[in-house]
Amino acid sequence: MSDLLKNTIRFFLFILVQVFILFKMPPLHRYITPYLYYLFILWLPFSMPRMSLTLTGFFYGLCLDYFTHTPGLHAAACTLIAYLRPFVINLLISQEGADKNYGSPSITSMGWAPYGTYVFVLTLFHHIYLVFLEWMSFGSFWYFIGKITATTGISMVLILLTELLFFRKDKFRTNTV
Amino acid sequence: MRNVFLFIRRYFNFLFFLVLQIVSLSFLFRYNKFHEAAFMGVAGEMTGRLNEKFNNVGYYFKLKMTNEELVRENKRLNQLLRENLEGPDSNRKLVSDTTYTDSLKKILKYVYLEAKVVGNSVNSQANFLTIHRGAAESVKPNMGVVSSQGIVGTVVNVSENYAVVMSLLHRQYKVVVKLKNGGDRGTVEWDGLSPFFITLKDIPKSARVNIGDTIVTSQTSSLFPPNIMVGTVHEIIDDKSSNFYSLRLRTATNFFNLEYVYVIQNTQYEEQKRIEDSTRKKFQ
Repeated sequence: MSDLLKNTIRFFLFILVQVFILFKMPPLHRYITPYLYYLFILWLPFSMPRMSLTLTGFFYGLCLDYFTHTPGLHAAACTLIAYLRPFVINLLISQEGADKNYGSPSITSMGWAPYGTYVFVLTLFHHIYLVFLEWMSFGSFWYFIGKITATTGISMVLILLTELLFFRKDKFRTNTV
Repeated sequence: MRNVFLFIRRYFNFLFFLVLQIVSLSFLFRYNKFHEAAFMGVAGEMTGRLNEKFNNVGYYFKLKMTNEELVRENKRLNQLLRENLEGPDSNRKLVSDTTYTDSLKKILKYVYLEAKVVGNSVNSQANFLTIHRGAAESVKPNMGVVSSQGIVGTVVNVSENYAVVMSLLHRQYKVVVKLKNGGDRGTVEWDGLSPFFITLKDIPKSARVNIGDTIVTSQTSSLFPPNIMVGTVHEIIDDKSSNFYSLRLRTATNFFNLEYVYVIQNTQYEEQKRIEDSTRKKFQ
């Protein structure tokens, strides 16, 4: 399967899962909103140019926004993490040229610890920005802090489960530089 | 000039990012003014259709409960039938006079339109419902929405076949209600804590309130007919520094299993709005 086709399927799948499963769950607590959809952006290939990465993030977020009737909210957060992604990858990539030898960020291509940090940092940025925008219209400071902490925790658990259930075998590609 | 182009080329990605951020933030904060007309029509139609497909699956599992609810409502309505109320009306005599006033003729002010709920959220801070009835079937923004149990929200946006309802569980939703016992008016809003409870503010301390009292809609809200259930008093919060009670209400509507709602069309809403607006303009 080509990268384009694979990512197109993921695009729809992640949005449908987010809208029709995770948003439909009975609320556990007001601090907890299970977010998983932005994993799509974290899984995009290394080779994507930065401009199209940012643009993809924007449209992806906007698609989700039309389901939640909050145009711009998720789009802003997704644009932010799509823009920051290359910087975080550059900082965390351990082996020389791993971003050339492998297709996309994963446990096999980056290793457990760097990949975990990569996911955690971008999750945190995404949630901080998202909750901050929500906080501007209502809420208190404790709501802000509590929601970021709880939501980040839930998201990390969800991403771990997804990574274990749908293990992505990333082949080592030589001579691609 | 060359330096400007160099600058743009050097920081193109960052500038592009900034532009997208500005676009999305302007979507977010100017939502009510222009956005809904421009994009929400088409997008609402598409997400509405998807929601409907999904609802077809979930609906099947709730058939039994929906049926029970309808039976209960039918029973309540049957009891209101004219035939059930009997007794000679001896204290009214029709007297023919030169002035003609038909005291028996009543106008139909509120029209109920039924609609199926195809999308519903309860776990965000800004909850909306999508219903399968739109502008083609005379739904307009600013119509009240009730379920058989109590009030649900207000229509905020319509497309051809679907409408989006701002739920009572939205942080910006406000509606004027009254105590059934005594008639003191106050405003209901949601504090975002739990989807089972809402807050009623500005009830004067002179009002007699007990736990379990019924709260109903007031005729001053002009979106809802009077005396529709809103909730029951769960807790009375007595703020010593003010002259008003804050009441915590248990919502009458169970937002978790809404299947059918009624959109209420106030046939005189435009007229009332017009005269109120023109008065306001006069005294500005």
